[in-house]
Amino acid sequence: MDLKEKLVSSFMAFENYVDVEHPIHDIRTEAIKNFEAKGFPSKKEEAWKYTSLNSILKTDFSIFPKEENALEYHQVKKYFLHEIDTYKIVFIDGIYSSYLSETTHDGVDICLMSSALTKPMYKQVIDVYFNKAASREESLTTLNTAFSREGAYIYIPKNKAPKKPVEIIHFATGNEASLMLQPRNLIIVEENAELQVIERHQSLTHNPVLTNCVTEIFAAQSAIVDYYKVQNDSEDATLIDNTYIAQKDKSSVNVHTFSFGGKLTRNNLNFYQHGEHIESTLKGVTILGEKQHVDHHTLVHHTQPNCESHQDYKGIFGERSTGVFNGKIIVDKIAQKTNAFQQNNNVLISDQATINTKPQLEIFADDVKCSHGCTIGQLDEDALFYLQSRGIPRKEATALLMYAFANNVLESVRLPELKKRINKLIANKLGVRLGFDL
Amino acid sequence: MLTIKDLHAGVEDKEILKGINLEVKPGEVHAIMGPNGSGKSTLASVIAGKEDFEITKGSINFEGEDLEEVSPEERAHKGIFLSFQYPVEIPGVSVTNFMKTAINESRKARGMDDMPANEMLKLIREKSELLDIDRKFLSRSLNEGFSGGEKKRNEIFQMAMLEPKLAILDETDSGLDIDALRIVANGVNKLKSKDNAVIVITHYQRLLEYIIPDFVHVIHDGKIVKSGTKELALELEDKGYDWLKKETVA
Ligand SMILES: Nc1ncnc2c1ncn2[C@@H]1O[C@H](COP(=O)(O)OP(=O)(O)OP(=O)(O)O)[C@@H](O)[C@H]1O
Ligand SMILES: [Mg+2]
Repeated sequence: MDLKEKLVSSFMAFENYVDVEHPIHDIRTEAIKNFEAKGFPSKKEEAWKYTSLNSILKTDFSIFPKEENALEYHQVKKYFLHEIDTYKIVFIDGIYSSYLSETTHDGVDICLMSSALTKPMYKQVIDVYFNKAASREESLTTLNTAFSREGAYIYIPKNKAPKKPVEIIHFATGNEASLMLQPRNLIIVEENAELQVIERHQSLTHNPVLTNCVTEIFAAQSAIVDYYKVQNDSEDATLIDNTYIAQKDKSSVNVHTFSFGGKLTRNNLNFYQHGEHIESTLKGVTILGEKQHVDHHTLVHHTQPNCESHQDYKGIFGERSTGVFNGKIIVDKIAQKTNAFQQNNNVLISDQATINTKPQLEIFADDVKCSHGCTIGQLDEDALFYLQSRGIPRKEATALLMYAFANNVLESVRLPELKKRINKLIANKLGVRLGFDL
Repeated sequence: MLTIKDLHAGVEDKEILKGINLEVKPGEVHAIMGPNGSGKSTLASVIAGKEDFEITKGSINFEGEDLEEVSPEERAHKGIFLSFQYPVEIPGVSVTNFMKTAINESRKARGMDDMPANEMLKLIREKSELLDIDRKFLSRSLNEGFSGGEKKRNEIFQMAMLEPKLAILDETDSGLDIDALRIVANGVNKLKSKDNAVIVITHYQRLLEYIIPDFVHVIHDGKIVKSGTKELALELEDKGYDWLKKETVA
């Protein structure tokens, strides 16, 4: 039985675990039908031309973990931003770990999707927001919707900001020979409220893991959301991340994606602007080696006038790694005075590494400022010689130049401890010790 | 200290240096002059170890060691410093962080620990004052958006920080105003001792009034066509290079 069939036939078993009377179950049922009709995306589809799931889908993934697994904090401490205090929503093999988590209902709700989907007090919010930003067409998103049960639920009421950032972490213990996870996150930040989130998926062994994650973020008027995705998973982990962001007037949502690890990572990052004076920021640093593959598919849909979007993705590709950047910007006819900026710069440090980069602009308004650019280059030999001539060995000089290359993406990271951490991850990834933090 | 023998170097099939001989002893100042495109910067780059140039014949020896197999960073660790004619802009790396890395890498190569932070700060303060460099300047990205003169002053600041045995200054004077020239020359002179040496590449006599050379060499078409004392520089300022070119042809 292939994975698609297995998933479709598991849906009935899944129904034993969830409340089939709840209105969202209709959404699930609708979704599994869509997935059944479409199946997994193939390379024939334009959006999946450079990313093939074929070999991964051959693995016989467990869809539900057989038992609950536990982890001690010291085993996984390094994956937390432990230098500072944070709220934590932690899952082990897809199951919530209250032991490792720190949730709150103190003025804000930072808790579990499973509660939000079952408890009556959340029903109204769920009715308004659940699956309202996520695609009902895209097959992997609908697959996630069909099995949506667990994940993070965050609700920040008007004028509130949680005392500390929120970490959403999914651990895979490797107790299953191979595991498929489908977390579903819902994040609502009301008028004038603020939120900072760090999201990580971490497999602790080399057993294959396939994560198909969907996150919906709703930013109301003047809300500010900073979302950081730290992708540094083990080399046998595959992540398909589908993030849908709906923004209202004057809101600002900034998503940083740091992709250093994993076997294959696909980021579908979609911004929908439903208002004026909105700012959307999409930044990414990708550093790959071996045969790693990262595919960034971004979409920014400008539907109203006077909004901005900034995209800045940097990629460093070594060994036989491959990268894809596909950045789509749609500016509707009425979205005059849109300012849309997109930049994708890449450095290939190996002859065998490849990058496919493509901007896709669909602009129907006439009074807009749209700029886009993509570059693919090697490191500047003159710059390397300059650094070497000052006594900096070639390897460190290379790293220093790459740091410098990625640096402006880190500049907008507003959590200093996270910035430090990312710097360290970059240094590790490049295999050097640097005597300072940039 | 530095002995260059019959050095031929170039790129692909183009020979640029066509038999350079030069001997620099500790405590000496050598000036190298010569028309545009004659090979001065190439010589400087080859001494510093730039791999773009292939050495086809001859040798460079520094303190008794043949440099052929020595990487640019190892040359720096041994005490060779090149002040670039065109310093490279490195966005995203501040002058301070660059210097810290450079100094600590050199120390590491000598088996020493990192320089303690307070010592580093003191050194930076001292040397930036010597060259009259504003502290704010040091947190800017290396050479990015620096004016021509600022770049050159920054090169000498780096030299002051690294205290090389052999400093090669490639047209450090071009782009400097009179005051800056005096500050830079003063900086170079402060670092001079009987144990180190300087090679000054310049088109103008002006700098040599401050940094007084023991020898002046003229390069033309990849060869040293004339060597003399500081009076030669005056003569060149007066007569240009034509008479030398003719002399060589003849
Ligand atoms: N990488 C290179 N590839 C090809 N030709 C080169 C290269 N580097 C230098 N040359 C050539 O070698 C010759 C010498 O150049 P060099 O820069 O050494 O001259 P210079 O004496 O420093 O001149 P200037 O006074 O203008 O600085 C020039 O004709 C130059 O075009
Ligand atoms: Mg030159």
